[in-house]
Amino acid sequence: MTITTGKKKERLDRLAELAARDDERGVSLWQEAFRRLRRNPSAIVGAVILVIFVLVALIGPFLVPYSPTDTIGIREGLIRPGVIPGADGDHWLGYDHQGRDVFSRMIVGARQTLLVGVVSTLIGLAVGALIGGVAGAAAGLGGRWGRAIDNALMRVIDMMLALPSLLLAVSIAALLGASLTTVMIAVGVVSVPVFARLLRGSMIAQSNSDYVLAATSLGVRKPKIALTHVVPNSLAPVIVQATLTLATAIIEAAALSFLGLGNPDTAVPEWGVMLADAQQYLGVRPELAIYPAVAIIITALGFTLLGEAMREALDPKLRK
Amino acid sequence: MFRFIVRRLLQLIPTLFGLSLLLFIWLRRLPGGPETAILGERGTPEMRAAIRRSMGLDEPILVQYGRFVRRLVRLDLGTSTSTKRSVVSEFVERFPGTVELTITALVIAIGVGIPLGYLAARRRGRWVDHLSVGGSLIGICIPVFFLAYVFKAIFAENLGWFPSSGRQDPTIEATRITNFFVLDGLMTREWDAAADAIWHLVLPGITLASIPLAIIVRITRASVLEVLNEDFVRTAEAKGLTERTVRRRHVLRNSLLPVVTSIGLLTGGLLSGAVLTETVFAFTGIGAFVYDAINNRDYPVLMGFIMIIAVVYVLVNLLVDLSYSLIDPRVRVR
Repeated sequence: MTITTGKKKERLDRLAELAARDDERGVSLWQEAFRRLRRNPSAIVGAVILVIFVLVALIGPFLVPYSPTDTIGIREGLIRPGVIPGADGDHWLGYDHQGRDVFSRMIVGARQTLLVGVVSTLIGLAVGALIGGVAGAAAGLGGRWGRAIDNALMRVIDMMLALPSLLLAVSIAALLGASLTTVMIAVGVVSVPVFARLLRGSMIAQSNSDYVLAATSLGVRKPKIALTHVVPNSLAPVIVQATLTLATAIIEAAALSFLGLGNPDTAVPEWGVMLADAQQYLGVRPELAIYPAVAIIITALGFTLLGEAMREALDPKLRK
Repeated sequence: MFRFIVRRLLQLIPTLFGLSLLLFIWLRRLPGGPETAILGERGTPEMRAAIRRSMGLDEPILVQYGRFVRRLVRLDLGTSTSTKRSVVSEFVERFPGTVELTITALVIAIGVGIPLGYLAARRRGRWVDHLSVGGSLIGICIPVFFLAYVFKAIFAENLGWFPSSGRQDPTIEATRITNFFVLDGLMTREWDAAADAIWHLVLPGITLASIPLAIIVRITRASVLEVLNEDFVRTAEAKGLTERTVRRRHVLRNSLLPVVTSIGLLTGGLLSGAVLTETVFAFTGIGAFVYDAINNRDYPVLMGFIMIIAVVYVLVNLLVDLSYSLIDPRVRVR
C-alpha cells in the first residue's frame, strides 16, 4: 500500500513538474497577442493617446483653471454680437460664444466624451452580445427550434442593419426626447447588429472545433458547452470590435449633436456638443470648431489604431 | 437568374411588413401621439379630438393598422407637416439630387479606392502603403460634417474653386425633365447647365466619399494581400503569364468579392452621410430636407424616408448579389 502511494506520489510530482515546464513554454492566445501588441508601433501610439485621454478625463476636471460653466467673458463684457475674443495669457484657447474658458471646457469635455463613448458602447455590446449569443447557441444546438430561433433573431438584426445608423438614432431620440441618456441609447443601439452578428458568427465557427466535439463526447450538456467553452473562445473579435466602436460612438454622438438631437444641456461640455455649437460662429472664431474636432479625431484615431492592432495580434493566421 | 430576382423581390415583402409594424408602433409611441405630430404643440383639446376622429384613432388598433398598411401600399405617405405638401411629391422632387450625390460619392470612392488599395497591397510596407493606410484611418475618424465645413471654407470660400452651396447656379435657365440636373442638361443639350451641376457635385461628392473611400481602400488592400499569397497566383506566375494578366485575371478579380459586399453594406451609411453633407452644402436633396424634418419633428417625412431607405438598401444588395456571379463564375444565382 505504502509502496503504491509512494509511486503514485512520484508520478504526480513528475506530472506537476511537466505541467510547470509546460506553463513556461506554452503561451495562451491572449499572452501571445499581448506580446505582439507591444511590438507593434501603431498599437503603442494608440495606447499612448488613450492613456492621455483617460488621464485627462479622470484627473483633468480637478485641475482646470476656470469652471467650464462660468461665463467670464460675458461678465467682463468681452462678448459682443459678432465678437468673441481669442486666446490670451490666462485663457489659452480663448472664450466660447458664452464667454466660457475653452481650455477648461475641453478638459472637462474629455470626461463627458469618454462617458458617452463607453456607456453607449457597453449598451451596444450588452444587447448585441445577448442577441448574438442566444442566436449562436441556438444555431449550435440545432434542431428545428434552434434553427428557428436563430433565423428569427437574425432577421431582426438584418432589419436593423438596413436602417442607416443616424436614422435609427433619430427615431429613438424622437421617441425619448433629446437628452444625454437618449444619445447614449441611440448610439448604443446602432452598434447592436454589429456585435450580434460578430458573436454569432464567431460562436458558429467555434462550435465546429475539436474541443467542442471532445466535450460533447464526454457527455457535457449542450447549454454548458455553449456557455463555458464556446462563448469565452468567441469573445476575441467582439472585444476588438468594442475598441473600434468606441471611436465611431464618439463621432456618431457628435453627428447627433450637429443634427440638434444631442444633449440639450449645452452647459455640460462635451466635444461633440461643442463642435456642433461652434458651427454658428465659424465666421467669427473657426478655432472653436477646430479644437473639439481635432480632439475627437485624435481620440477616435487612438481607439482605431489600438483596435486594429489588437485584431492583427489576435488573428491566428498571423501567428508564428 | 430571373427566378432569383423575383424571389429576392418577394423577400422584400416580409421585410417591409416588419418595418411597417415597427413604424406603426413608433408613430403611436411618439410623445403626444400622431395628433401632436400634425398639430405641433399648439393644438387645443378640441382640435386634437377632431384630428383623432378624422384619422380614425378612436377605432380598434387592428383596423388602424390595416388602414396604415393600405395607405403605404398605395404609396400614400401622408402630408409633410412643415411644407403642407404630400411627402411623395416632395421626395420625387428631391430624391434625384441625393441619387446624383451618392452616385458621385460612390464613383469617387470606388474609382480611387480600389486602385489605391491594390497599389498599397502590391507595395506593402512602402510609402504608398503607409500613406493610404494612414489616410484611410484619418478618413474614418473625421466627422463628416466637420470635413464638409473644412472643404467648404478652403475650396469654396477662400480659394473660390468650387461653388459653396446648391445644386446649380440659379442664374442658369435649365429645363427640368427628370430633376436629375446632370441628366437633364445632357438630354436637353444644355451643356453649360450639365457642367454647372457637375461642378456643384464635386465638393459634396468628395466629402461624402471620405468614409466609403477609406473603407474600400482598407478592404481592397486586405483582400489583395490575401489573394497574393494564394497558390494559384504563384502557379500563374510560374507558368510564365505576364504580370499584367496575372494582375487582372487572377489577383484583382479574386479580391473583388469582399469589396463588392462592402459596397452593398455602405449604402445605409452613405444615406446618413448625405443628410449631414447636404445640410452643410445647402444641397437640395432628401438629406437636407430630412435635416429640417428632424428639427421640425416632421414625422410623416421621417417615416417615408425610413421606408425609402429600406427599399433602396434591399435593392442595392440585390444588385450586389447579382454582381457576384459576374465576378466569380463559381457563384451561381438560383
